[in-house]
Amino acid sequence: MAIKQLSIFVENKTGSLVKATEVLAEAGVDLRAMSIADTRDFGILRIIVNDTYAAVTALKDNGFVVNMTDVVGCVMEDKPGAAGEMFAALAEAGIAIKYMYGFAGKNEAYAIIRVDDNTLCEKVLLSKGIKLLVPERL
Amino acid sequence: MGNYYQEELECASREKIIEIQNAGLVKTVKKVYENVEYYRNKMDAAGVKPEDIKSIDDLHKLPFLTKDDLRDAYPYGLMAEPLENCVRIQSTSGTTGRRVVAFYTQPDLDMWEECCARAIMAAGGTKKDVCQVCYGYGLFTGGPGLNGGSHKVGCLTLPMSSGNTDRQIQFMVDLEATILCCTPSYAAYLAESINEKGYRDQIKLKAGIFGAEAWTEEMRRDIEKRLGIKAYDIYGLTEISGPGVSFECEEQQGMHINEDHFIAEIIDPKTGEVLPDGEVGELVFTSIDKEAFPLLRYRTKDICVLSRKPCSCGRTHVRMSKPMGRSDDMLIVKGVNVFPSQIEQVLLQQGLTSNYQIIVDREKYSDTIEVLVEMTPELFSDSVTDLAAKEKDVVAGLKSMLGIYAKVRIVEPKSIVRSEGKAVRVIDRRNLYKQG
Ligand SMILES: [Zn+2]
Repeated sequence: MAIKQLSIFVENKTGSLVKATEVLAEAGVDLRAMSIADTRDFGILRIIVNDTYAAVTALKDNGFVVNMTDVVGCVMEDKPGAAGEMFAALAEAGIAIKYMYGFAGKNEAYAIIRVDDNTLCEKVLLSKGIKLLVPERL
Repeated sequence: MGNYYQEELECASREKIIEIQNAGLVKTVKKVYENVEYYRNKMDAAGVKPEDIKSIDDLHKLPFLTKDDLRDAYPYGLMAEPLENCVRIQSTSGTTGRRVVAFYTQPDLDMWEECCARAIMAAGGTKKDVCQVCYGYGLFTGGPGLNGGSHKVGCLTLPMSSGNTDRQIQFMVDLEATILCCTPSYAAYLAESINEKGYRDQIKLKAGIFGAEAWTEEMRRDIEKRLGIKAYDIYGLTEISGPGVSFECEEQQGMHINEDHFIAEIIDPKTGEVLPDGEVGELVFTSIDKEAFPLLRYRTKDICVLSRKPCSCGRTHVRMSKPMGRSDDMLIVKGVNVFPSQIEQVLLQQGLTSNYQIIVDREKYSDTIEVLVEMTPELFSDSVTDLAAKEKDVVAGLKSMLGIYAKVRIVEPKSIVRSEGKAVRVIDRRNLYKQG
C-alpha cells in the first residue's frame, strides 16, 4: 500500500535544484509530488515519481545521494476542515508526524505523510473513513 | 618475563638513562663542534659553546637542525668522522630537491641493527624464528635495518626485498616464516593474496613488524585477523639511523624510543618552545652515540605525544604515539594548534568520509573554522532532524578533540575541490588579508 518517496540531498545554493530536476527530466521521469525541506546550509528534496527505479538510477549516476522511504498518502475531500479531521485522527491515536506535504487535485486533495509506523497510520486513517492513496493512482 | 635483546639497557632505571644521556650529549656536542664546520658555524651563530652543554637540561640551548640543513650540507657537510672510518650510506627517497644522505661507521650500523633486534624481540622473536624481510633493500633503510636486526637476534633471515608476491608467499609457506617485516600496506596486500589463494592454513606467521608508513588501528586489527598474527608498529628516520628508533611492545600502546641512543623532545612547531610530556607537538631527536652522522635537535616534522607511564612489558624507555600528522600541516586557529589529521579522525569516528575540507577565515578580528564534509548514502536520511543531529554530533566531537568550536557543513558528493585527484584539505582565507 505504501508509496515510495525519494529524498535527495541538495545544498542550499543556486542551481542545485535545477540540476536534480534536469536529470529527472532527461530520464523521462514524471514528478507527481514534490516538497523541499531546508535548513540554512542544505535542503532535502522529497519527490514522488511515476518511475522510481528510473529516477534512482539517473540520480545516482549523476552523483546525487538519494534514499527511498515508504510514506503514507491519503485522499481527502477538497473542502474546508478535511485536513483538520485527518490531523485529529492521527493525534488521537498518538501518531507523530515527522513531516508532511500536500497538494490539491481536481476534486480531491492529497497529503503525503511520513510517520514511524505506516501500517498503524493507514489503519487509523481507514477507520476514520479517510481514503488512502495507492501507488497505481499516482 | 619479557623478551629483551638488551635487558639491562631497555629496562634501565631513569637515573641510569639520564646518566647515559648526559655523558653522550656532552661528548657528541664537543665532537661536532670540533669536527664539523657546519655545526660550529650554527652554534657560534646561536652563541652556544660546547662548555655550555653540561647535561640534558642544557639541551634547549642548542639550535635546531632541519631537513634543509641536511640538504644544504649535502653530501659531506655534516659528516663527523673521516671518510676512511665510514662504511655505509643510506638515503631517503626524497622526490623533490636534493636527497638526504646519512653515513654510518661499523659501530653505527651495529647500534642501528641492535635497535631493530630489540624491536624483533619485543615482537616475540628469538633465534628459533624465521624472519621474512620484504621491505626494500638498497638505499632505503627498511630492508637493511630489519635484515641486520634479524641477524643480531639470530633468526633465519629471508632477505626477500619488496615485490613478487607469489614468490613471497611460496617462501613464506615452504620455509615456514614466523615473523613478517614489511610496510603495513604490503602486509594488507599479502594478507589478501594469501586468503584468496587459499594458503591461510599453510602459513606459520605469528608476528608482523610494520612501519615506514602511516596506518590506522583498524588496519592493524584487519591484518592481525587475516594473517592470524600480532602486528607491531616500528618507527624511524633515515636521518636518525633508520627503522628501530622506536618500536612497539606487546602492549601495543605507543612505541618505546631507544633512549640510551636518542633523546626525544616535543616542541611547539611554531615557537620552538619545549613542551612538557603529554602535550601534542613536533618530535625532535638528538643522537648521543652516533659516530659518523650525529644529529643534534633534529626536527622530524612528525606530530606526536610522549608518555612516561610505566609499561607492563618492563621497558622503561619513553613511549611515543603514532605520528598524528606533519607539523607543516598545522594551523593555528583562535590560538589553538589544529591538525587536519585530528579533524579527519573525528570524521571517520562519526562514520563520515575522509573527503573533507577545512576553511579558516577571519571575521571581525576573530578566527573561524568551518569543516566541509561530503554527504554519503550511508549518512543521508530523509529527515532534517536526523541530519541536524548528525551535524551536532560532529561539532561536539570536533570540540572535544580541538578544544574550539568548528562549524560543520555537509555538502554534496564530489563537490569538494580536487587538485590532481586529491582533495584540497585546507583553505586559509586569512592569508588573503596579508596580501591585500
Ligand atoms: Zn612496553
